[in-house]
Amino acid sequence: MSHPLRGKYVIAGIGKTRFGRLPDRSTISMNVEACREALADAGVEKEAVDALFVKYPTSRFESMYGQKLAEAMGIQPRVGGVWDQAGASNISQIAFACMSIEAGLCEVALVTFADNPKSGTREAYSRPRGDDAPYGWFGVPATYAMIARRHMEEFGTTSRQLGEIAVVCRANGARNPDAQLRKAITLDDHQASPWIVEPLHRDDCCLVSDGGAAVVVMSAERARQLGVRAPVPILGFGQGQTSWEVAQRPTLTETCARESAAVAFRMAGIQPGDVDVCELYDCFTIVVLMTLEDYGFCKKGEGGHFVEGGRIALDGSLPINTSGGLLSETGMPGMQHVLEGVRQVRGTSVNQVKNAGVVVVSNQGGTMHTHSTLVLGG
Amino acid sequence: MSGTDLDLTSLITETPVSVPYWAALRAGRLDFQRCRACGNAWLPPREECPRCLEADWAWETASGHGRVISWVVYHVAPNQMFASRVPYNVAIVELDEGPRLITNLLGDDGRSPRIEAPVQLEIQEEGGLAMARFRLV
Repeated sequence: MSHPLRGKYVIAGIGKTRFGRLPDRSTISMNVEACREALADAGVEKEAVDALFVKYPTSRFESMYGQKLAEAMGIQPRVGGVWDQAGASNISQIAFACMSIEAGLCEVALVTFADNPKSGTREAYSRPRGDDAPYGWFGVPATYAMIARRHMEEFGTTSRQLGEIAVVCRANGARNPDAQLRKAITLDDHQASPWIVEPLHRDDCCLVSDGGAAVVVMSAERARQLGVRAPVPILGFGQGQTSWEVAQRPTLTETCARESAAVAFRMAGIQPGDVDVCELYDCFTIVVLMTLEDYGFCKKGEGGHFVEGGRIALDGSLPINTSGGLLSETGMPGMQHVLEGVRQVRGTSVNQVKNAGVVVVSNQGGTMHTHSTLVLGG
Repeated sequence: MSGTDLDLTSLITETPVSVPYWAALRAGRLDFQRCRACGNAWLPPREECPRCLEADWAWETASGHGRVISWVVYHVAPNQMFASRVPYNVAIVELDEGPRLITNLLGDDGRSPRIEAPVQLEIQEEGGLAMARFRLV
């Protein structure tokens, strides 16, 4: 018997700003633009919106950010506010929107995110990590490097295997006219790119980007009533959280992505073998590799072999990150993957995969602290 | 790792629960907390046992023996204060008693550290702090 929420809710519209360097744009302004475009894509008037979910800009915390955005949009949401799971927030808020509609709290939700760390401050990504800073423990890349090193030592994963992921994302981004970085690389380029925090090369690390993106969520029934042109059914969602900092985490090489996907796949009634396309959060290449393992596409420790030989390329058996992801399209934390998942199901991606019937999207935040999964399908 | 003129004290925020931790290091000991209620041992300092949530714990001195969980090498200074230090390593070490901590590995004799490698505590003064570093043995 299928799950009662499977396909009951849809992403009715998607919208985004330009990606890259957008000086002189406030995050509120970028959120408004993304929401305006998402509503236009859905063909829905602003007056229909009664819920507004937003993650505050990573580069600058602002109290009551959700209300400031609602004011800028001239709406008075029945449900709304800021949800913070770092990079996992977008999918989690889409799920929360579905549950809020299911509970009768609202009917049409906007979920949006914008930030401007490229033209503004990047301090959030290089901050001292508490009282461990005197040891030189700063920033975000090193925490992922710590996990990558453990994975390499435990399972024999190599930097070249991580490079396979970067090569695919960069190739897909190079074909995407909206991508911030449109420069394909070879494995040798990846290997020659400088170390940032060893064992991570520069080309293992995501972009820093300004921009915004938003989606409109409503029930499939409401979408029919409103005449939405291309609603994309949400087949399943899930989430999971590892609370421990990397230093305290009992196992560095497994994440709560496993639980997140198990719940989402069960709701959707799918197995890994049913998935046609994956849009996997790729702030660092090691995340993609471990997400593939934890989602069950291969066994733990076999991610390195799995990504070799073109399997995850556009013409491979499991294409990933078809718009370029955080490594090439935009460093925005996560919403771009949801948008590309929607385009794949609609059949409108510039890197369209044939018969993309089931698309899995992952978001994650912190250092694999939080994880959320979305299954989309026709 | 030593000999810098940096003032590292500005990088830490001593709180009532962490004052004894830093004081112990200055006195040549690496202390951790152990819960009297459930026996759990942990670092960094916190007010309640993260296993049983009780606030009934005592400081205990580590033997100084541990093993490497993972390590990284910074090639780009994340902060001006560390510009003269790159490349430098940061590691996670698990003490024999259980707690894990962020540290630096000593023993620059050309050997690359390995996970699970045994290490020995070596407290070093630097930048106004006593720091718990570990030497590969």
